[in-house]
Amino acid sequence: MPSIVKVEDLRKTYDNGLEALKGITLDIEEGEILALLGPNGAGKTTLISTICGITRPTSGRISVGGHDVQSEWRETRKLIGLVPQEINLEPFELVKNTLRFSRGLFGKPRNDALVDGVLKDLALYDRRGSRTSELSGGMRRRVLIAKALAHEPRVLFLDEPTAGVDVELRRDMWALAERLRADGVTIILTTHYIEEAEAIADRVGVINSGELLLVEKKSALMQRLGRKEIRIKLTEPVEAIPDVLAEYDLVRSEDGGSLTYAYKTTGERTGITRLLTAVQSAGLTLSDIQTRQSSLEEIFVRLVREDVA
Amino acid sequence: MNWYGIAAIWRFEMGRFLRSILQSIVSPVVATALYFVVFGAAIGSRMPEIESVDYGAFIVPGLIMLTVLQQSVQNAGFGIYFPKFIGTIYEVLSAPISSLEIVIGYVGAAATKSMLIGLIILVTSLFFVEFSIVHPVLMLAFLVLTSVSFSLLGFILGIWARNFEQLNLVPLLVVTPLVFLGGSFYSISMLPPFWQNVSLLNPVLYLVSGFRWSFFGTADVPVVASLAAIFVFAGLCLGIVWWIFRTGFRLKS
Repeated sequence: MPSIVKVEDLRKTYDNGLEALKGITLDIEEGEILALLGPNGAGKTTLISTICGITRPTSGRISVGGHDVQSEWRETRKLIGLVPQEINLEPFELVKNTLRFSRGLFGKPRNDALVDGVLKDLALYDRRGSRTSELSGGMRRRVLIAKALAHEPRVLFLDEPTAGVDVELRRDMWALAERLRADGVTIILTTHYIEEAEAIADRVGVINSGELLLVEKKSALMQRLGRKEIRIKLTEPVEAIPDVLAEYDLVRSEDGGSLTYAYKTTGERTGITRLLTAVQSAGLTLSDIQTRQSSLEEIFVRLVREDVA
Repeated sequence: MNWYGIAAIWRFEMGRFLRSILQSIVSPVVATALYFVVFGAAIGSRMPEIESVDYGAFIVPGLIMLTVLQQSVQNAGFGIYFPKFIGTIYEVLSAPISSLEIVIGYVGAAATKSMLIGLIILVTSLFFVEFSIVHPVLMLAFLVLTSVSFSLLGFILGIWARNFEQLNLVPLLVVTPLVFLGGSFYSISMLPPFWQNVSLLNPVLYLVSGFRWSFFGTADVPVVASLAAIFVFAGLCLGIVWWIFRTGFRLKS
């Protein structure tokens, strides 16, 4: 896949001296959903704002659709739709008018059929004649998305789209992201809900204090960094881990009723067979075995911690 | 040029004007009527004619200027301050629209509103006093130039202001006194020589004088000076606006 957004060694230092981005290099492929994960203040919003032209980069290069965002800003901005984190809407304006405004602002002629279609897609059509201040929080967030879609962007930035949104709406939003991707729209979303990245992203980037720690295919990331655990339940609790099992770094549960063994899924040998044989030879009897894969969240927490350390 | 973008901003701003149509139109009309009752009927009946113009008619251009200046500064200031305040400015800043186009949209809408209000006051005043306009085309030209240049000033204020207090302070403490002291309701020839000279430093004097000249053919200062003043003022505002967008002053970090 060709890349639609290219970021090269992007740095941003704010006037107050805060170094928000410390040399980010990132290629975003056309048609993918990329999730940018990172704690608050990691630089996610600064990165997005800089690509969209709201924040000026201190150094580095950004291109969108092959155009430079600084010298060919008209071309790049036409391609981009931005849904900001804060729900900012003109309170007294009608829903349909805010969409028409967005479309016009991005240099597109009026197209009521398209605007109606976007409103229907976001379940806002019945409220098209309402003032934005009369809508619920979830609806207002959808209006923001609708405004961004009203000018038919090729790249959509969703900054924390599901922050403070209920479960049902979150699932609706994920479904919408899938539909947009099917239409060929590239989506970059920032989130600190790992669940969200796990649910819809093709690739995951992790940002912490202005640095991009990694960008990888979600599946590869989970595989590479994913750990599995095997939990062995014993019929009789043990007081201590038998010496023959010392080499496996087992963790004994508090009541001694189970032992947990962690292993990497990528290893050639997981050591499970040997472990189980050793368990048997130690004279322990098993009542149950469970395995569990570490989630993206655990991977993320580990990465960020390692970065701090 | 992103014409659709300019039109979108203009229409959006005019929508705000139309939503509060009563406030937008009724209040200047009522204010004008009050001025005519107080200055025209009560005081004017005891005032001599000024340069052979009846006092009631004499104050019409000043009254229009007073409202047009206030409305231009207020509308344009609010127009750009409000999106900054509520955060919707992100959309304008991320859109494929140039600074010049943004200014044309916002300032154009604010100037349109104040020109409309100016014309409404002109029509209202016809119910109170009789007069005819000697140079109607130049009158309109003065109206356009004034509305545009003071809307530019308002736009600058709206970007500069960090809160509503600052936004209201300049119109209240600077624009209103300048208009009142700029010969809106009197001819500066009525002042002692010292204050006449001080008045010549007031830029608004040139606007009011030129505007009145287009009505009655008489003026405090030569009409060329009025035109020069208005162009210098507009040029100054344009320069500041250009600087604002070049540096991103209080708009972009």
